[in-house]
Amino acid sequence: MFSRKLFGALAGVTVAALSATGALAQAKDKIKVGFIYVGPVGDHGWSYQHDQGRQAIEKAFPGKVTTTFVESVPEADSERAIEQLARTGHDLIFTTSFGFMEPTLKVAKKYPNIKFEHATGFKRAPNLSTYAAKFHEGRYIIGQIAGKMTKSNTIGYVGAFPIPEVIAGINAFYLGAQSVNPNVKIKIVFANTWYDPAKEGDAAKALLDQGVDMLAQHTDSPAPIQAAEARGKFGFGQASDMERFAPKAQLTAIVDNWNDYYVARAKAVLDGTWKSEDTWGGINAHMVVMSPYKNMPDDVKKLAQDTEAAIKAGTLNPFKCPVVGQDGKEIECKGNGALSDEQVLGMNFYVKGIEDKIPQ
Amino acid sequence: MTILEAILLTIVTASTPLLIAALGELVTERSGVLNLGVEGMMAMGAACSFAAAVTFDSTLLGVAAGIVAGALMSALFALVVLGFAANQVGSGLALTIFGLGLSGLIGAPFVGARRDPVPPIDVPILSDIPYIGRLFFEQDLFVYASFALTIIIAVYLMRTRSGLTLRSIGENHTSANALGLPVLKVRFLAILFGGACAGLAGAYLALVYTRFWSPGMTAGRGWIALALVVFAAWRPGWLLIGAYIFGAATVLQLHAQAAQFGLPSQVLSAVPYVATIVALLLLSIRHGRAIGAPGSLGSPFVPDR
Repeated sequence: MFSRKLFGALAGVTVAALSATGALAQAKDKIKVGFIYVGPVGDHGWSYQHDQGRQAIEKAFPGKVTTTFVESVPEADSERAIEQLARTGHDLIFTTSFGFMEPTLKVAKKYPNIKFEHATGFKRAPNLSTYAAKFHEGRYIIGQIAGKMTKSNTIGYVGAFPIPEVIAGINAFYLGAQSVNPNVKIKIVFANTWYDPAKEGDAAKALLDQGVDMLAQHTDSPAPIQAAEARGKFGFGQASDMERFAPKAQLTAIVDNWNDYYVARAKAVLDGTWKSEDTWGGINAHMVVMSPYKNMPDDVKKLAQDTEAAIKAGTLNPFKCPVVGQDGKEIECKGNGALSDEQVLGMNFYVKGIEDKIPQ
Repeated sequence: MTILEAILLTIVTASTPLLIAALGELVTERSGVLNLGVEGMMAMGAACSFAAAVTFDSTLLGVAAGIVAGALMSALFALVVLGFAANQVGSGLALTIFGLGLSGLIGAPFVGARRDPVPPIDVPILSDIPYIGRLFFEQDLFVYASFALTIIIAVYLMRTRSGLTLRSIGENHTSANALGLPVLKVRFLAILFGGACAGLAGAYLALVYTRFWSPGMTAGRGWIALALVVFAAWRPGWLLIGAYIFGAATVLQLHAQAAQFGLPSQVLSAVPYVATIVALLLLSIRHGRAIGAPGSLGSPFVPDR
C-alpha cells in the first residue's frame, strides 16, 4: 500500500517534470494551481479572501484547472510546504504572505519551470512574480465617510503593528477625513497582533470609551467593528465584508479582491503567456473593492461614490502632493504629482494633524 | 457611565477567562499533574460551545458543551499520563496542538455565524452601590461563576479533608500511596476539573467576549493561564489578584495608547509579562526558595509493580 502510493507519487513527479520541460512557454490543456495561506481559510479575513480567489479560478476554468491549498502555514516552516507543492506537479503556486518571501524565492530558483506568485513582497525572479493591492485608496474613502459622519469629531483606528503598510493606511484614512473636516481628531491604538479577536475587541473598546465614534481597523478579525456595533457606533470592515457581524455599524468594507488577478494569471499559464512582473493594483484594477455603502445619509454616500470614481479614473491620489508631515514640513514629492510608490511602501511618518507619535 | 467605569468593566471581561482557566489548572497542578494542554482545551471549549449555542440557539447548552468538550479533552490527557504514565510535558503540548487543530475542524461550519450578547444579570440592591455596584453586580453569569469558583476552590483546598488529600498527593505521591490514598483516582478527577474549567473559559471567549468563532481565537490565553498559576504560587487568592493585574495591564496599555501618552505600544504590550516576572521575583525573595510548587508536580506516578 505504502510503496504503491510512493510509486504513484514518483511517477506523478516524473510525468510533471517531463511535461514541464517539454512544454516550456507553450499553451497547456490542464494545469494544477497551488496556494499557501498563512492563516486558516476560516479567518474570515486575509486568507479567506485568497481562498475566494482560488475558488474563482476553479469556476473560471472548469475541468482545465485543479487547485490545492495548504492553510495555516507558519512562515518559518513554509519552505517545506512550498516545495511539497512544487514536487507534486503544480504549474503555478501562489504564496500569500509577506513572510513567505525568502522561502518562495529559494524554491522558485530550484524549480525554474514552475511559475510562482508572491503576495506583498518585493523580490522577483524570471519565474517569480509579485503582487499587492493599494488598500490605502480604500482607506482614503472610509476616511472621508468617517470625517463627515463623526459627531464627537474624534475618529479611531485599531492598527496591528506600526509598520509602513499600516502607517500608510492611517495617513490615507486621516487625509481623507481631513479633506472634508479640517479639525477632525484621530486616536490610534496598536494591538501588536494581526489576529487576537479578544484583544482587538479590547483595543476598539478603549477607543470607543475615549470618545471615538467612527472606528477603522487594520487587524484581521471582525471583533473591532462588532465592538462598535455593540456601542451603537460605526465602523468599517477589513479585508472581507463584515456586514453579518455588524449589520448596523458597518458603513462599508475595504474588500481584498484577488479573484480577477488570480483568474488572469491562471489563464496566462494556460495560454503560455505568463511573464514575471510586479502588480500593485488598486480600485482601478478591481483588487480593492468597496462593499455597498450603507447606514449613512445620501450625501455622504454620494461623496464616497464620487471619490471612489475619481480614484478609479486616476484623477485623485490619496497621497497627492503636497503631503505635509507632522512637523509642518512638506514631504519631498518623488512621484508624478503625488508621493512615489516607494515612498508609500516605506512610509514611516504621520501626516500633519495626527497628534500621536509612531511608536519606535 | 464614566470612563473609569468603562475601563474597569473591560478589565473584568479581559480577566475572567484567564481566571477560570487558571483556577482549573491550579487544582490539576496541586494534585501533582502538569497539564500544558490548557490552550488546546480552551480552543475546544470555545469551538464546541459556539457550535452548540448556534445549533440549539441556547447559551446554556453552549456553556454545557464547552465544559464537556474541555473535560473530554482532559480525559484523553488523563488516559495518557495516568494510564500509561507518559511524560506530562510532551503529552500536554500534544494536547494543545491536537485541540487547536480539532477545534478548527469542529468550528469550520460556524465561521461567520454570530450570537447576540449574553444579557447581564442584575443583582438587585447591590448593583445600585456607586462605582463597584455596576461593575461587580451587573455582570454576566461567568463573572459570578469565576468569583464563586475562586472561593470554593480556596475553601476546598485549605479547609476540607478531601482538599488536604489532593494536596498531599501533589506533594508526595509515593507517601500518599503508602498511606492508602487513591492517587490515580484523585488525579483523574483533578485533571477532569481542570479540563472543564478550561472549556468554560473557552465558552466565555466565544459566547461573551468575542461572540463569534474563528480558529485560533484563544490566541495564547491558555499559556497565560499556566503562567498565572506559577505567578500565584499555586494559591487561589493570589490567582484572582494575578488574573486581574494581567487583565488590567492589557486593557490599560490600550487606553494609554488611545489617550496618546506617547509611550511606545510595544513596551506597553510587554507590561503584563514584565509584571509576571517582577511578581515572581518578589515572591521568591520573600520566601527565599522555590515557592509553593507541589513536590510531585510533573512526575509520573507508577504504582508498585
